[in-house]
Amino acid sequence: MEYVIEMENITKEFPGIKANDQVDLKLKKGEIHALLGENGAGKSTLMSVLFGLYTPDAGTIKVHGKKVTIRNPNDANNLGIGMVHQHFKLVHNFTVTENIILGHEDTTKGFLRYDNAAAKIKNLSERYKLKVDPSAIIENISVGQQQRVEILKMLYRDAEILIFDEPTASLTPQEIEELMKILRNLAEEGKSIILITHKLTEIQQVADRCTILRKGKYIDTVEVSRTSNEELAEKMVGRKVVFDIEKAPAQPGETVLTVEDLCVRSQHSNTDLVRNVSFKVKRGEILCVAGIEGNGQSELIYGLVGLAPLSKGRILIHGNDLTQASTRDRSLSGISHIPEDRQRHGLVLDFSLEYNLILNSYFDTTYQRRGFLNFSAIRTHAESLIEQYDIRSSHGPLSLARSMSGGNQQKAILGREIDRGSELLVAVQPTRGLDVGAIEFIHKQIIAERDRGKAVLLVSLELDEVMGLSDRILVMYGGELVGEFDPETVTENELGLYMSGARKRGVA
Amino acid sequence: MRRRIVQGALERVANRPASISAFSSILAIVSGLVVGFVIMLIVNPGDAVPGFLTILFGWLSEGSRSAGDMLYFGVPIVLTGLSVAFAFRTGLFNIGATGQLTMGAFTAVYIGVNWGFLGAFHWIVAVLGGMIAGAVWGSIAGLLKAFRNVHEVVSSIMLNYIAMYMNTMLIIQLIYNRQYARARSPLPSAHIPTWFLRDIFPGSSVNIGIFIAIGLTILLHIILNRTVFGYELKSVGFNRDAAKYAGMNAKRNIVLSMTISGALAGIAGAIMFLVAGRHLEPVNQLMQEGFTGIAIALLGLSAPIGVFLAGIFYGALEQGGYYLQLYDFMPEIIDIIIAVIIYFSAFSLFIQTYVAGYLRRKVGAEVELQQGTELK
Ligand SMILES: Nc1ncnc2c1ncn2[C@@H]1O[C@H](COP(=O)(O)OP(=O)(O)OP(=O)(O)O)[C@@H](O)[C@H]1O
Ligand SMILES: [Mg+2]
Repeated sequence: MEYVIEMENITKEFPGIKANDQVDLKLKKGEIHALLGENGAGKSTLMSVLFGLYTPDAGTIKVHGKKVTIRNPNDANNLGIGMVHQHFKLVHNFTVTENIILGHEDTTKGFLRYDNAAAKIKNLSERYKLKVDPSAIIENISVGQQQRVEILKMLYRDAEILIFDEPTASLTPQEIEELMKILRNLAEEGKSIILITHKLTEIQQVADRCTILRKGKYIDTVEVSRTSNEELAEKMVGRKVVFDIEKAPAQPGETVLTVEDLCVRSQHSNTDLVRNVSFKVKRGEILCVAGIEGNGQSELIYGLVGLAPLSKGRILIHGNDLTQASTRDRSLSGISHIPEDRQRHGLVLDFSLEYNLILNSYFDTTYQRRGFLNFSAIRTHAESLIEQYDIRSSHGPLSLARSMSGGNQQKAILGREIDRGSELLVAVQPTRGLDVGAIEFIHKQIIAERDRGKAVLLVSLELDEVMGLSDRILVMYGGELVGEFDPETVTENELGLYMSGARKRGVA
Repeated sequence: MRRRIVQGALERVANRPASISAFSSILAIVSGLVVGFVIMLIVNPGDAVPGFLTILFGWLSEGSRSAGDMLYFGVPIVLTGLSVAFAFRTGLFNIGATGQLTMGAFTAVYIGVNWGFLGAFHWIVAVLGGMIAGAVWGSIAGLLKAFRNVHEVVSSIMLNYIAMYMNTMLIIQLIYNRQYARARSPLPSAHIPTWFLRDIFPGSSVNIGIFIAIGLTILLHIILNRTVFGYELKSVGFNRDAAKYAGMNAKRNIVLSMTISGALAGIAGAIMFLVAGRHLEPVNQLMQEGFTGIAIALLGLSAPIGVFLAGIFYGALEQGGYYLQLYDFMPEIIDIIIAVIIYFSAFSLFIQTYVAGYLRRKVGAEVELQQGTELK
């Protein structure tokens, strides 16, 4: 069998950590090859080596059997290698066409020519079933469509080898469905694909083979059709992983959070994105707000924690009215918040890990005395969280948050927020971008919080998580609550109907 | 083998973000000097070499006297540099240092001229007055930014002109010396004292402004790196959304940062004019020191100690340039050379990004770019 890519013995060392240690990866023509590994296993690093962003310390790369040196992304482009990064690299106020041709423009006498480009893009999008409006402005289209633009960008440059780094992390289930179809189409048309994902079901759905890394080392390459999810997970983590969430029945106590008639106004227009939402969260229960992305869940949480102004309604913790309170006061009154967007709200990327771990408590007398930071207390705190939550990075407490792998950034935030021991834990998409082992761990932590008598408000887009973790489910659609369910009795199908707005009923 | 050594060295540099940044600053200075030298070669090839050496080492030429003057020239620039750098760290671009400096200078001179009854405290009160005036002027831009979302660059540019015309008007109305068409001289009791510096640097104009500059440099270094206040300021500067999430009062921090920044520029203004032989003039010109401070903040990478070194370096060039007239160069050549160096210092951001990118590819080091130097 002929390989299009052969990476052999790739070693890449960062100061303090071997991100890749003699890793092999062989990609066949026309296959979808999954790359699986824990957070920080070195997947992104390996792909950055292939794409010319990093130079490997050792090892060889062959493309179509010929040894090559890839010094930068331009070299990679010329070899027919394209990459869709987890955070898209599009110009927001340019049109789709402009973004696609950027850097590869056709010109006559210095003037841009769109006609050839437009024809080529039209051709490509029909052939690979990538529907986009070529004249739409990027900031006006959905994340799923932006991703299609990224894919078209690679195809426009005649890429034969396509790398996807966690492409589904920020997509809705529907968009993921679409993407899976697109990937299959691409493979059928003869493109070779490397897919990084933490979701085993996606691997089972589309991938032909799967290479597994653990702590920078190559573990195995397997045929997906002959390997079960459990085997994949075990190879990747090095132990058995429990997929089913085990938890005792909830024993709800007194009410911790009361939300009454909450309305949150949009920042941009005069409409309410959250309308008359009321609910209660009790001690010892996990209440989940489920729904399709963009139905007001984010705004509901922003309103709750004080990041967006309320246009109506009341918020009470243990009967104390916090409606007018600042973000800081709400936090001190017992709200911990794991934010949806870890890089925007959760972390100061240019701070060290230890500085980030005190972001919500730096003013506490543990970490400061008379306005001076207490460095040894900060360090001790960081070391204990790093240990407890298995936060892996190159320089421990001193690692810049920016240099940490996505999953480890998430673990840092989780550790920080759970450790504060607040009465109410608000967790928005807490396991986004985490590997199965870490997800299991985080789920256990959240359940342990509940069993310690804390109230948990969970917002999740993943139905598995919603069904497995919650004690009570609220479905949100179009800014309103459209149903309340018991996870024991409701089916995923039924939830789906409510989430898509096909059905609704009043919520007590 | 040799590659490994080079690699090792790169790795070590890459591991220490500060040293990368310092490296790029030095590269900027060297590039600036080279361009300056080329210009001198074109203008006057014969004297270019001795002339160039004079620029570099002129501050040593008359021993302690010229070294003292180097410090004297450097101090205001250190202070305006600190002013700009401090705001940078909170993500604010204080282009209004010149206006704050003007307000500080006028207030200090006004007190210096009129409040002789203060005796031994006269100069202290005058400096404090300048500081407060600068702080008020800076806080206006801060308040507008925090509560009305007016971009600080826009408001401070306008405030610069308001300060400039107000200065002219107030000089003429309140402290005008008609005979010389300039402000009256501050009383000797308002002059910044020289203490023992007069004996160490005989004949030079240096005064204890240098100690004020050193003290403020250390103070700002401590505030930024050791205190809760500095932690907050930097959080707001690096990521305003995360600061909001953490419940920090971004508005308060913005106002405080601009106020402190303005206070530093105000002190610079006071120190510049509370001396014998230098006078405020009603000339409707923006004072250059405020703008030079921007370049010095860049060159010093917005770190107080870096700014101090860069400011004194500037003083050395200015002082060296003074002796350049011994050769057959137009005095303007000094300004050109200094301008070129400053121009290149603005490139240090570019160079820094480039060096960081190169090292990242080479050794994969994650390099901290000083957010402050990011001029948008
Ligand atoms: N530029 C860098 N400087 C220093 N260390 C780095 C750098 N980039 C990555 N690392 C470290 O190398 C290791 C591998 O990181 P990588 O991003 O490849 O992980 P990953 O497998 O993609 O993980 P995730 O699933 O969480 O995205 C991590 O421990 C990370 O901290
Ligand atoms: Mg990754």
